[in-house]
Amino acid sequence: MSEIVVTRVPHKRSIPFGQEAAGALSIIALGAIGYFLYPDDLAFLTRLIGIAFLVLSLDLVTGYCGVATLGHAAQFGVGAYAAGIACVRGIADPVALLAVGVFAGTIMGLISGALITRFRGLPQLVLSIAVGQLVAALANKLSWLTGGSDGLSGITPGKVFGIFNFDMYSRTAFLFSLGVLVIVFVLLQRFVRSPFGLMCRGIKDDDLRARMIGVSIYPRLVLMYGVAGAVAGVGGALTAISTGVVGLDSVSFERSAEVLVMLVLGGAGHLWGALAGTIIFMIFEHIVAAANPFHWMTLVGLLLILIVIFAPRGLIEPVLALFARLKRKGSAA
Amino acid sequence: MPAAPLDIRNLSAGYGPTRIIEGISFSVKAGDRLAVLGRNGMGKTTLLATLMGLTTRHGGEIRIGDQDVTAKRTSARADLGIGYVPQTRDIFASLTVEENLRTGLKGRPASALDEAYAMFPRLRERRGNYGKQLSGGEQQMLSMARTLLGKPSILLLDEPLEGLAPVICDELMALLAKLAATNEVTIILVEQQIERALDFASSVMVMERGRTSWSGAPDVLTADRALVDRLVGVGIH
Repeated sequence: MSEIVVTRVPHKRSIPFGQEAAGALSIIALGAIGYFLYPDDLAFLTRLIGIAFLVLSLDLVTGYCGVATLGHAAQFGVGAYAAGIACVRGIADPVALLAVGVFAGTIMGLISGALITRFRGLPQLVLSIAVGQLVAALANKLSWLTGGSDGLSGITPGKVFGIFNFDMYSRTAFLFSLGVLVIVFVLLQRFVRSPFGLMCRGIKDDDLRARMIGVSIYPRLVLMYGVAGAVAGVGGALTAISTGVVGLDSVSFERSAEVLVMLVLGGAGHLWGALAGTIIFMIFEHIVAAANPFHWMTLVGLLLILIVIFAPRGLIEPVLALFARLKRKGSAA
Repeated sequence: MPAAPLDIRNLSAGYGPTRIIEGISFSVKAGDRLAVLGRNGMGKTTLLATLMGLTTRHGGEIRIGDQDVTAKRTSARADLGIGYVPQTRDIFASLTVEENLRTGLKGRPASALDEAYAMFPRLRERRGNYGKQLSGGEQQMLSMARTLLGKPSILLLDEPLEGLAPVICDELMALLAKLAATNEVTIILVEQQIERALDFASSVMVMERGRTSWSGAPDVLTADRALVDRLVGVGIH
C-alpha cells in the first residue's frame, strides 16, 4: 500500500470516554432514584443489582457471542458459594470476598466455556444445562461445605473499607453494590468495543467469516466465558455478602432460565438491554407478586408474550432506534 | 508482510466426498498477478476456497514460500498472510463500517484505518453505518479494505467486480493496479470480466471442469479472440 496516499484526518475516538461517563452517571442517577424514593426496598434493589451482574454476564456470551446457554447460573452460584464459604471460614473483608467471587466465577466460566463452546446449536444448549445441573447437584451433595438444601448461612462480612457496616436497612449493601455495578459496567462498555469484543460480535454474525480473517474461534469464546464468569462471580459474591445466605436457588435451572428471559426482554447484545431487562422484569415481578401472589407468573408470561410480539429484539431496540433518529436529525440540522 | 510465492502441486478438493477440482498445479512468484478464468461452475471459487482451507482436500500440496500450509486451518492460513475477499463479500452485517475495519487490523494501531479510508473515501463517509446498510459496491469495498488492512502477502479475490457499476469497477481495478505496482502482495484474481482481468494479470490460468485447461501469458489471449472463445466460451468484452 506504499503507493496509496494516506491522509491523516482527525479521528472520532473509537472508544470515547463520553459514553462511559454517560453510562456511569445514568446508573448513579437510577441508583439515587432507588435510594431516595424507595428507602424501604433497598434489600430488593440490592438483590436486583446482584442479578443484573448475572444478566450482564449472560449477555456477554449469548448477546455478544451467540452462545446458547441455560446453565449460566452456575457461574453466579459458584461465585456466591465461594464468597460465602470464604466468609464463613474467616475472610471478612467485603472487597476480598468480592475478589474470591470473581476468581471462582472466572474459573467456573473458563471450565464451562471450554466444554460448552466446543459445540453449536442444540448440543451446546444441552451441555450448558448439564453443566448447570452438575453444579446444582454438587452444591446439594457437598452439604458439609455448602450447607446443602438448608443453604449456606452465617455469612457476616466486615465493614466496607473498614468504615461502613452492613446495616439492617441494606443501605451499605445497596451503595456498595451500586458502586461495584458502576465500575463493572464502565469496564464492560470498553470491553465490548475493544477489538476482542468486536470480533466476538463478528463470530456471532458468522464464525466462518471470522475464521477467514485469521480468528481462532474457540479460544476467544472460552476467554469470553471466563470474563462472563468473572462478572457473574461479582454478582454472586455481592448477593452472598448482602443477603448473608447462599441457597441452592442461586445455581438452579430456574435462575438460568429467568435471567435468559430478562435478557431477551431487555435486548440481547446490548449492555443497556441487559440492565433494562433486569430492572423491568424484577420490578414487574416484585409488584405483581405482591399484588397477586397466586397468578403473578401468568401476568409475567403475558408481558413476555406481548414484548416478544411487539419488540422481538427487546425493549432497548426501539429506544436505540429513537436515539439514532434524533442523532441523524441533529447532524442534519 | 512482504509478498510471498505460492506453489500448488496436484491439488484435488471439493465439498465432502464430491470432488470439484482435480490435479491442479501452478506457481505464482512473489508479487505476481494470476488471473483464473473459466466458465461458471468450473471450480474457480472452489480453488480459492481450497487455498483458504474452506473445502475438503482430497490430495495435493499448498506451499507459501518454504512453508507447507496444506494441513493448516483457515485461521492459521489467514495469520500466515493469505487474505481472501470472497464473492459473497463476507462483511459483518451487525458491525459498523469502522468496526468491520477494526476487526481486520490484526494488531495494527487504529490509525491504520486511514489507509482504508484513503483507498476508499466512500467508506469514511459511511463509517458509522452498519454493514447491512451498505450497497453491494460499498460492501465490496469494505470487504477488500478490511482484508488489505491485515497486510496480506497473498490476496485471493473472487469476482470482486460482480454486480458493481462500471465506474466502481474502474475504481477497484485502478486500486488493484496500484496495489500490484507495489509488488508487496501476490494476487490471484478470479474474474468474469475477461478484458479487465487480462489487462491486470501477469499470468493466466483457465479452468475447465475442475482442471487446468490452459495457462500462459495474458497477451496470448488478448491477441487471440478465437482462443478465448474456445477456452472461456465468450469473446473479450
